[in-house]
Amino acid sequence: MKKNVTGRTVVIVVTILVCVFGIIGFPKSGAGLVDNLKHNIRLGLDLKGGSHLVLQVHVQDAIKTEADGAIERIKEEMRKQSIDYAAIDRNDPTTVEDADKIEIDVKGVPATKTTAFRNLISERFNLWVLTPVNSTDYRLNMRPSELVTLKRDTVERSLQTISNRINQLGLTEPTVQQYGQAGTDYEILVELPGVDDPARVKEIMQTTAQLEIDDVKEGPFQSRETALSQKGGILPVGTKLVREPPQGDRTESWYLLSKAPIIRGTDMRNARAGQDDMRKWNAQFTLSPDAGKRFGRYTEANIGNRLAVVMDNQIHSVASIKGRIEDSGQIENIGSEQEASDLALVLRAGALPATIQIQYENSVGPSLGADSIHAGIVAGLAGLAAVIIVMLVYYKRSGVNAVLALVLNTVILMAALSYFKAVLTLPGIAGVILTIGMAVDSNVLIFERIREELRSGKAIVSAVDAGFSKAWWTIVDTHVTTVVSCAFLFIFGEGPVRGFAVTLTIGLIANVFTAVFVSKVIFDYELSGRRQLAELSI
Amino acid sequence: MQIFKNTNFDFLRYKWPFIGASLVLSVAGLSSMLLHGGLRYGIDFKEGTQMTVKWNGAPPEDQIRSALSKKVSGEVTVQPLTDLASKNEIVIGTERMGEQQMAAARKAMQDTLEATFGDAQSGKLDFNNAGASEIADRITVPLQQAGVQLSDPQLQKLAADLRTFRDTPPRSGLLPSFDQLAAVPGVNSAIISVLKQQCSLAPFSILQVEMVGPKVGSELRTKAILATLYALGGMLVYIAFRFEWIYGVAAVIACLHDTIITIGLFSLFNREITLTVIAALLTLVGYSMNDTIVIFDRIRENLKLLRREPLESLINKSVNQTLSRTVMTSGLTFLTVVALFLFGGPVLHGFSFALVVGIIIGTYSSVFVASPIVLFWHNWADGRKRTSPVPVPAIKSQPVRKSSTKALK
Repeated sequence: MKKNVTGRTVVIVVTILVCVFGIIGFPKSGAGLVDNLKHNIRLGLDLKGGSHLVLQVHVQDAIKTEADGAIERIKEEMRKQSIDYAAIDRNDPTTVEDADKIEIDVKGVPATKTTAFRNLISERFNLWVLTPVNSTDYRLNMRPSELVTLKRDTVERSLQTISNRINQLGLTEPTVQQYGQAGTDYEILVELPGVDDPARVKEIMQTTAQLEIDDVKEGPFQSRETALSQKGGILPVGTKLVREPPQGDRTESWYLLSKAPIIRGTDMRNARAGQDDMRKWNAQFTLSPDAGKRFGRYTEANIGNRLAVVMDNQIHSVASIKGRIEDSGQIENIGSEQEASDLALVLRAGALPATIQIQYENSVGPSLGADSIHAGIVAGLAGLAAVIIVMLVYYKRSGVNAVLALVLNTVILMAALSYFKAVLTLPGIAGVILTIGMAVDSNVLIFERIREELRSGKAIVSAVDAGFSKAWWTIVDTHVTTVVSCAFLFIFGEGPVRGFAVTLTIGLIANVFTAVFVSKVIFDYELSGRRQLAELSI
Repeated sequence: MQIFKNTNFDFLRYKWPFIGASLVLSVAGLSSMLLHGGLRYGIDFKEGTQMTVKWNGAPPEDQIRSALSKKVSGEVTVQPLTDLASKNEIVIGTERMGEQQMAAARKAMQDTLEATFGDAQSGKLDFNNAGASEIADRITVPLQQAGVQLSDPQLQKLAADLRTFRDTPPRSGLLPSFDQLAAVPGVNSAIISVLKQQCSLAPFSILQVEMVGPKVGSELRTKAILATLYALGGMLVYIAFRFEWIYGVAAVIACLHDTIITIGLFSLFNREITLTVIAALLTLVGYSMNDTIVIFDRIRENLKLLRREPLESLINKSVNQTLSRTVMTSGLTFLTVVALFLFGGPVLHGFSFALVVGIIIGTYSSVFVASPIVLFWHNWADGRKRTSPVPVPAIKSQPVRKSSTKALK
C-alpha cells in the first residue's frame, strides 16, 4: 500500500479538480468567478433574505362549492321529474378537519316519490350516498373516495394557481410545493428567495388574479401626460392610471381608476367562452357567492357609473352599469372563439378553488441577510485562521497536513452542496462547524497517537502507520455514530433539522477521506525514500 | 510542542464532587425552567407575530410600546436585543392569535410604526422600508416630469441598485440621508431631488417578520424533540452494538446532561429557544458524543492490553492518554465557536451561545459523567457477581469487558 503513493495522489488530485469545478466552474474573469460561486453555492432564505411561507388550503371551501353545485342540480332535476321537496340545505363545515362532515339535507320528499327520488340520486348523483332520516327526509354524504380526490385536486389546483402567479412576478428560483403529509395537511410551502417586499407577494398570491373590475373615476384621457397634467402632476390618493390599448380604429386612451378593485380574480369561481345574441364571442364568468352579493349591492347603488374590466393591468373594456349584476357577468367583444376560450382559461386558472390562509411566515429583510452573510464569513474565516495557527504551532510540519486536510474537507463539502443543489442555511452552517470540529479531531487523534508511538520508541515510519491504524477504529466509531444520528434527524426532522443532518453527513464522509486517506498519503510522500529520517516534525 | 506528556491525573478520584456539581447544575437549570414557568420558546415554537426592527439610534421603547398597545389588540411586547452585534434593535411581538388576526396584527404594527415615527402624513413613500418595485413605481412619473428619461429596465435597475446600496453595510437597511445615494452609479442630482420629493426616510428598518400559526408552532416543537430523541436512541443502539450496552447508556446520559444544563443556562439568562438553538443543541450532542466515544474507545483498547488493571485506574489511564487530544480538540473547536459568537452577528448569536457553553460541558461530561457511569455499573455488577451463589467466570477473553448480565438473573 505504501508503495503506491502515485496512484493515490492521482485519486486526490482528480477529486480536488472535480470539487473545484463544482464550486466555481470555468470562470472567465474575476467577476465570472464570483458569479459562478454565487450561483453554485445556494444560500438559504435565512442567510440571503427572502420569505418562507406555509399556506393552508381551506379544502372545505371546495367541498362546499361542490355541495352547492349538487344542490342546484338536484333541485333542477327534482323540478323536471316533478318531485316535491320542502327544503334542500347543506351544513357548513368551517375547518379543514371538518371538511369530511359535509352533508346535504333534503326535507319533505313525499312518501309516494321515494322510489323516484332514490333512483334520481343513485343514477345522477352517484358521488353522494343517500341515507333516509325518516319517511320524508334524507341525508346525503359525499363518498369517502370522492372526498379524498376532491381535496387532493383542490390542493393541486391551488398549488398550480399560486405557482402561476408567482412565476409571473419574475422572482429568481421561487419554490412552490406541497408540504406536510399529503392527505391530512393540505399545506403548500412557498419559498421566495431575495424578495424585498413580501407583503406585496402575499397579496398577489392570496388575492390578485389577472382580472379586476374597477370603478372608473375619470377618463378617457389621450395620454398619461394629459391625465397627469389635469391632476396637477400627482395622482389623487387611492387611484391609478391604467391604459386601454388601441383596438380597431380606436386609439389608445387612459383612465383614472380606483386602486381598490370591486371584483378580483379570487372572486372568480368559473369561466367559459360563449356567444351573445349578435354571435359575438365573450367570456362568461361566475363569481363566488360572497363576491356575488357584494357585486350586486355595488351595482345597484352605482347605476349609471362606469366599470372597467382590467386584465393584466390593461383595460379590456369600459361599460356603464345598467342594472344590478349578481353572481355572473361577461367580458364582451372578443375577436374570436380561440381568444374567448383562452381568456376563460386564464380566468379559471387565475381563480383559487379555495381560500388560502398563511400559517407560517418568516420574512428576512435583505439587509439582515446581507449582514448575516458578512458576519458569517468574517466569523468563519476568523475561526479557521485560529485553528490553522494553533495546528501549525502545535504540530509544526505535520500541522500542514492537518490544515491541507481541513481545507480540502471544506472544499469537498462545498462541492457536494453544489452538485446536490442543496441549500446552505444557518443550521447547515452548524453542521459545517461540527464537521470542522470533527475533522480537527480526527487529525489530532492521529497525531497524538503517532506521538505516543514515537515516545514508546518506534521508528518513524512504523509509528506513523501504527498511529493511523490505531486511530482508525476510533474515527470510524465517532463518525458512524454521528451519521446514524443524522439519519434519524433526516427521517424524523423537518426543514432546518434536515439541513443540519445533510451537511453534517456530507462533511463526515468527506472527512474520512481527507483526514485518513489524504493525510496518510502526504505522510507517506514525505517519508518515502527517507527511511533514515531522524526526526518527524510533529 | 506538547502540553501534556505522560500525564497521570487521578480524574476519577474526584468523581463525587464533579458528579455533585453536575447534579447541582442540572437541578439549577431545571428549577430555573420551573421558576420561569417553562422554557422561553422563540416565536417559531409558539404562535403569534414577531417583528425585528432596527433603529438609527437608541430605540424609543416606551413610545413604541404605548403607540402599539393602542393599535394592536392583545398583549404587545417590546424587547431590546442586547447582543453586541445587534445594536439598536428591538423585537416587537404579539402572542396567541388565530391566522386571520396574525396578518392584521402585522399590518397594524407596521402602520403604527410608520404613523408614529415615520413621515406617513406627508403621503411620501418610506424609502427605508420599501421594496425595489415600490420605489420604481413611485418615482417613474416624477422622474419623467423632472426630465430624466429612463427606459423601464433602466428604471428597475436603478431602483434595485438604490435598494442594494441601502442594504449594504454600514447602512444595513437604514439610509440616513438621500444625499448618500450620490455614491450609486447612475444617480444624479435630479434623481436625488425626485427621491427627496417623493420619499421619506423613517428612522427604523424592519429586518425580519415572523408569523407562526397555532398548528405550525406546536408541530415544529414536537417534531424537533422527537427527531432528537430518536437520534439519541439510534446512537445508543450503535454504541451498545460496538461496545457494550452500558457504554451506550452512559454516552446518552452524558448527552442529556449536557443538553439539560445548556437549556437550563438559556432559561437562566432568559434567552429564547429557537429553531436555530435546536440546531446548536444537535451540534452539541454530536460533539459531546464524539468526545465520549474517543475516551470509550481507549478504554476498550486498554481492556485488551491491561487485563490485570483494576477498572478505575484503567479508566483513569485512558482519560489521561486521551487528555492531550481532548484538550486540543475542545480548544480548537472552542476557538471556532468563540469566533462565531463574537463576529457571527445577531442571527447566529443564540446558536453560538449554545455552542460556547455546550463545548465546555460536553468535554467535561465525557470525563466526569460518562466514564464514572461505566465504572459504577461495573463495580456494582462485579459486587453482585461476588455475592451471587453460583459464581460465573469472568469473561476475560472478550475484546470488551462484558459485565455479566447473567449474574442479574
